[in-house]
Order: sequence, then C-alpha cells, then structure tokens
Amino acid sequence: MRIRVRLNGRTVEHDVEPRLLLVHFIRQVARLTGTHVGCDTGNCGACTVLVEGKAVKSCLMLAVQADGKDIVTIEGLANGGGLHPVQRAFIEKFGVQCGYCTPGMIMSACALLASIPSPSEFEVREALEGNLCMCTGYEQIVDAILHASTLDRGHGGPRRAPQAPHGRLGHGPGDPGRASGTTEAGHGR
Amino acid sequence: MTPERFEYVAPASLDEATSTLRDLGDEAKVMAGGQSLLSLMKLRLASPRYVVDLGRVPALNYIRDEGDAIAIGALVTYAELKASALLRERCALLPRAASVVGDVQVRNRGTIGGALAHADPAGDLCAAVLALDARLKLVSTRGERWVWAGEFFLGMYASVLEPDEVLAEIRVPAIAGWRCAYLKAARRPSDFALVGVAVRCRIDGRACADLAMAITGVSDRVFRARSVEEALNGRELETALIEETASRSMDGVDVSGDIHASSEYRTHLARVYVSRAIRAVGAISGPPTPSV
Repeated sequence: MRIRVRLNGRTVEHDVEPRLLLVHFIRQVARLTGTHVGCDTGNCGACTVLVEGKAVKSCLMLAVQADGKDIVTIEGLANGGGLHPVQRAFIEKFGVQCGYCTPGMIMSACALLASIPSPSEFEVREALEGNLCMCTGYEQIVDAILHASTLDRGHGGPRRAPQAPHGRLGHGPGDPGRASGTTEAGHGR
Repeated sequence: MTPERFEYVAPASLDEATSTLRDLGDEAKVMAGGQSLLSLMKLRLASPRYVVDLGRVPALNYIRDEGDAIAIGALVTYAELKASALLRERCALLPRAASVVGDVQVRNRGTIGGALAHADPAGDLCAAVLALDARLKLVSTRGERWVWAGEFFLGMYASVLEPDEVLAEIRVPAIAGWRCAYLKAARRPSDFALVGVAVRCRIDGRACADLAMAITGVSDRVFRARSVEEALNGRELETALIEETASRSMDGVDVSGDIHASSEYRTHLARVYVSRAIRAVGAISGPPTPSV
C-alpha cells in the first residue's frame, strides 16, 4: 500500500506492507535511526515520535495509519546547526546516561512544552510516565526539561537566567549510583 | 516483533465500515487506536486476516451534550476524555478514569470504543462505564442496537459485540454535582490495574443515594459491587459501615492471582481500595492514603 507522510517537514512516499510498524518505516524506509526500538512492546517509550504534534509510540502504530500525517522525529528538532532548546538542556543538565531512551524522552518533553510552556515538576514527571530510563533515576532528565522550559524557543539564549549552575551540584538524589530500586520513587506517584 | 501478514482496509464512513465487516465476516478485526490490538498482533496472540481501521472515520469522533446524557463517539481518545470540559463538569468519573489509563502516548492514541470492545478484565474505562450505567450503541448492516454496559461484558476479552458490529457511541448520564472517584492500584503509573474501583453517588441529606460501584482488575471481567451498593444506599456513610462493607466486598468473588499479585494480595488490595473509594465520595478522611 502506498503511503505518503510529512516526515520532519519533508514528504516521504513509499509502498509499504500493512504490517510495517511506523518505527520501522522511520528507521528502515526513511533511514532515520535516531528513533530507537527499546522494548518493542509499547512500554518503554524509546520509539516516541510526534504524530500531528502528539507524542505516540511508533512501535504501537502501523505505518499505514500514519498515511497523510505530519511526523516529527528527533532528527527534526535541530534547526540547521543549532540544537533545539530541549536537546541543549539535556546536555547542560546531564539528562543522558547510556542515551538509549533519550530520543523518546526528548520527543515527550517537546510535546509537553508545546502544550504547557512552563510545566511544574509534577507535570514533567507525568509527561514522562510512558518513557522508561534504566540508568538515571530520572532526576537529571526532569531537571533538563524544567531547564529547557526557561530557554528561548528561537534556539538563542536563555529566556531568563537559569536557576542553578550546570553540573551535578544539587542533583544528589539523582546520582546514577543510586540503587535501582529507587527508580520507581522517581515517578513521584 | 512484527504482526503476521494481514490485509488493511480503511473505510471512510461508518456505513462503509459495517458493510466491510458484513462481507469479511469473523476473519476481520476492527482497529481503533490500536493500543491493545496491535500489541496482541505483535505478540501473535491475534492474527486477523483483515484489519478494518476506523481511524479514517472522522464522524466517530465527538463529545456531545444531549441534555440528560453525554454522547461520546467511539474514536474519542483517552486524552480527549481527560481534557473534555463538558465531561469534567457533567460526568467527571470518565475523565478521571481516562487520566490514569496507560501513559501519555497511549492516551493520545487509545480510544474509548477500542477500550470497551477489547473488554480487558483490567480495563479502567470498562469499570467507569459500568459504574455509570452507560449505554452502548452497536451498529451493523442489520441495524443498530443499544445495550447497557452491564450487559456488554461477557468475560475475559469477551463482549456481546458481534463480528459484524461496530461499537459506535457511548452514552453516559449527565450527573453534574454527583460525587465520584476512580482509584487504581498499579505497580507503576503506566501499568494495568491490579485493582481499580469506580464509584459514583449523590448525597441526599445525610444519606447516600444511587451509589454504583464497579471493580476492575481483580477477576475475569469488570463487575458491579452489588453487595457494596446494597449496603450503602440509603445509609449515612460513616467509618464503621464503610469498613464493614469493604471487608465483605470480595466475598463470593473469584479473585485472580498472577505474577503481578497473588489472589490473597489482590483481595486485600481490593478491600482497601473499595474502602478508600467510598471514603472519597463520602469526603471522609481515613488513614493516610499513599498515592500510587
């Protein structure tokens, strides 16, 4: 079946089998491998992309269901050479450890900030409930998204001064060395 | 994981969908948001020969004020239920239950019609519509019929929906000002309910009236907690009555046990959540409730 999507602003048209998952369309047909396959069971959120501006798991959607839709993947965020504010914030706040979950985290964060430009910490954690990170305990990821909300969308300087200096200072509870059992508490619910 | 091969049909209208289903018979499976069906197909627990995708039927996506009821098209997503100002004001139980289904991404794709047609024994919305005495409109080329939520669920993943029928609309009563609660116990926020308790009632003077409670996650299907309803309706909600009622709420229920929770643990959890749900609608404080 022939489908045509807008993928990161570019029209992609291709014949696909109905059973092809959107994530495999993105990775294998469009050759954009920034979108990751983590669990492949709809739990981990590593494959999160934006479809019509909404965060969805691309392993739980058929490519044919995306026909005619507008899709944004992690590759679609950077503007020319400049990183998207959420990407910059993840670097500045060390929101990355192994990095596997990061593209999905960032796409979920972008969807959140598009609807709630200045979210509370609770809203950030709620927005991430479908994105699992096995490394960080979430603290720096949450910090990064809160930080991103203070940055200018124009990929320029900060909208207002960041509240804390960069680095791990003040991020003790989120240290990667934390016992894995505390990860759930990181969800805050 | 990749589903087995299937043929994909995307009707543009409800009429086209029902005639497609009539022609394809029971080899076809209806897909809405796909958040349950696609998972099953990837695991090859379901391998339909035809997938009939309702996603291209925009006429099934609405939330409409019908006076004493609110009509909800089958394709309304959990996220849309959660955000609906009309529902929040006039039937708050539904958005509350929708807000704890899955996670953000699942709520952006999954639909109320898909959730009910899937009839998951741990479905959050199944409990909500059951407690609300919702009516469901089932449409086929043979015509349409309305069934009560109480008649709809037959067992694990089983409902009265025939292979040629589409669940097109859900009608919930407008109950602005009523008390309601949906309390869910799950190991992680995006997990299925180990126990979910949906309850609504109104307070008439000091007594509770029209209390209805539905429980999900503990058995092979969602069910109404009739013993709780009988014990509480017409009575004042006070601590001793609530505790006694909750302690007997699982009597006679065949409570399931699995790797997530033993039958004993689930029974305990259900009694605790029944108690908390009644306290919530009675605005009665109890022991500190850890948020789950």
